[in-house]
Amino acid sequence: MTQDSAFHHGDATDAKPIVEMRDIEKHFGNIIALAGVSFDVRAGECHCLLGDNGAGKSTFIKTMSGVHKPTRGEIYFEGRHMNFDSPRDAMEAGIATVFQDLAMIPLMSVSRNFFMGREPTKGVGPFKRLDIAKANADTVEAMRQMGINLRGPDQAVGTLSGGERQTVAIARAVYFGAKVLILDEPTSALGVRQTSNVLATIDRVRKQGVGVVFISHNVRHALAVGDRFTVLNRGRTLGTAKRGEIRAEELQDMMAGGQELAQLEGSLGGTI
Amino acid sequence: MSADSAPVTDERLREETTIARLMKRPELGAIAGLILVTGFFLVTADRTMFTLSGVMNFLTPAAQLGILAIGAAMLMIGGEFDLSIGSMVAFAGMIFGALVVNAGLPLIVAIPLTLCAAALIGVINGQLTIRTGLPSFIVTLALLFILRGLTLVGLKFLTGGSTQLRGVRDAVEGDFLAPLFSGEAFKGLFVMLGKMGLVDTFKSGLPKVPGVPVEILWFVGLALAATWVLLRTPIGNWVFASGGDANAAANSGVPVRKVKVALFMFAACCAALLAIMQVMDAGSTDARRGFQKEFEAIIAAVIGGCLLTGGYGSAIGAFFGAIIFGMVVIGLTYTDIDQDWFQVFLGGMLLLAVIFNNVIRKRVTGER
Repeated sequence: MTQDSAFHHGDATDAKPIVEMRDIEKHFGNIIALAGVSFDVRAGECHCLLGDNGAGKSTFIKTMSGVHKPTRGEIYFEGRHMNFDSPRDAMEAGIATVFQDLAMIPLMSVSRNFFMGREPTKGVGPFKRLDIAKANADTVEAMRQMGINLRGPDQAVGTLSGGERQTVAIARAVYFGAKVLILDEPTSALGVRQTSNVLATIDRVRKQGVGVVFISHNVRHALAVGDRFTVLNRGRTLGTAKRGEIRAEELQDMMAGGQELAQLEGSLGGTI
Repeated sequence: MSADSAPVTDERLREETTIARLMKRPELGAIAGLILVTGFFLVTADRTMFTLSGVMNFLTPAAQLGILAIGAAMLMIGGEFDLSIGSMVAFAGMIFGALVVNAGLPLIVAIPLTLCAAALIGVINGQLTIRTGLPSFIVTLALLFILRGLTLVGLKFLTGGSTQLRGVRDAVEGDFLAPLFSGEAFKGLFVMLGKMGLVDTFKSGLPKVPGVPVEILWFVGLALAATWVLLRTPIGNWVFASGGDANAAANSGVPVRKVKVALFMFAACCAALLAIMQVMDAGSTDARRGFQKEFEAIIAAVIGGCLLTGGYGSAIGAFFGAIIFGMVVIGLTYTDIDQDWFQVFLGGMLLLAVIFNNVIRKRVTGER
């Protein structure tokens, strides 16, 4: 399973981390969701965060994107200690998150979705208006850079496939200057072809120097683009491995937390 | 599209025809309906319906409903309903009447105060809906009764037992703002056109149509302004986004709550504007004013392409929806058809429009 995929893999291990999370703990009442997780992401790499359901992936990325405040632990952004009070703070610093619902409105056009909440305007005073020409041109261009040729910027998002919508959300985050892009299970609901499109998009984004945090519970998708892999299990990290240092089976076992899956896998003939 | 984005072709996409493009506009149904209704009355109605005075005759009620419908349409696109706008007409009429008759205030003070009172009710509607998370349908249904009741009680209090407050005409007589809200505009122009023989005149030489009723001008102005805001400003984008998916919009940085409250305020102010004009024209205010107008306004908005689920529609569609409405109400009097068919017709139009809108929505989103 460790064969090289067609993607270029970043070799950015010497670069300084853009975001560094140290010993993050998060408690909800008496539930310990995260018990000391360390994680960092560097420019131009794709760092995969793997974990089974309930491992704490969502809590962790919500902490990273400013939705939750950590109970303990520190967040450094470009070397400076940071405290994000809201998702807006994190967004302004350059941490963009693409959640599973994508924050898209099917009835609205691609370009209106693209600039939703951050519309370009021209003119002053009462004549201040949407710069539709710019919005359309920029949307088409940003989407082309991600390898998607839109029929037209006025095409409704509802007419796009799941993979294309994911790409619009990613392109939007990159367009608005994301330095770190957090993708929450971007491939979980997609077919084979659309998955490979999204993985190709991740590769493109990485080449532009953006640090990508790719959350998944699918080891094969992660191995296809990932440069580093961190496994979360029951609120703890089980270490970070570089590409080539770890095999799919090992990652799979770590996610499952031990032996059971290995046994299961035997009876299933290695199909998971 | 800018010149530098060269066309890129995808062999899987068929070229979209202009007709297919037009089919996706929300106001298409209303325009088609208008053509249909016009055709119907051209055949069945008396010739006088489509003379200048006949047109003014049906445009006046159309404009009165349209002012409400545009407010309702904006709110519906933003994903909420307001069933209280009909009662709001009566309530604002009472406030306005009390301010000019009982308090003796000039229009320059009374009109802004009336609009402020309406906006305040809009804020109450909006905040209640947002904070409770209840459907706006039920919250504003409550306000429908509360406002109607308050109007009855208030009018009896103000007049000592009557549900009608008279004397508005005398109170606003000669006020410099009155021509903006009552009577006809462009009177001089119509006299001139009459002299030139371009419009029908009485024997005395005065034109049969003295001018354009001001509500028609307000109606057209509001429709244009609302369309501009919806299609050409960031706020318009926020309205569509708030109605399409409030959660997604909020996550993208759209101030959804503010947008919705502002839309409730706008709808209430449209009702108040209509109330001011009606009260000044009639010279009195009545507790029954605006009765059931909320339904007619929502029907006009739906005929105009607004989805009941929000996020889609147009102000210009509501404009045409209101004209269809006025045409049918008045048009039937020019025919031999029993006027009571009107309600049957209205219900039928509503059903057709809703079914049609659903089809359009599926086309737009590419659902199969």
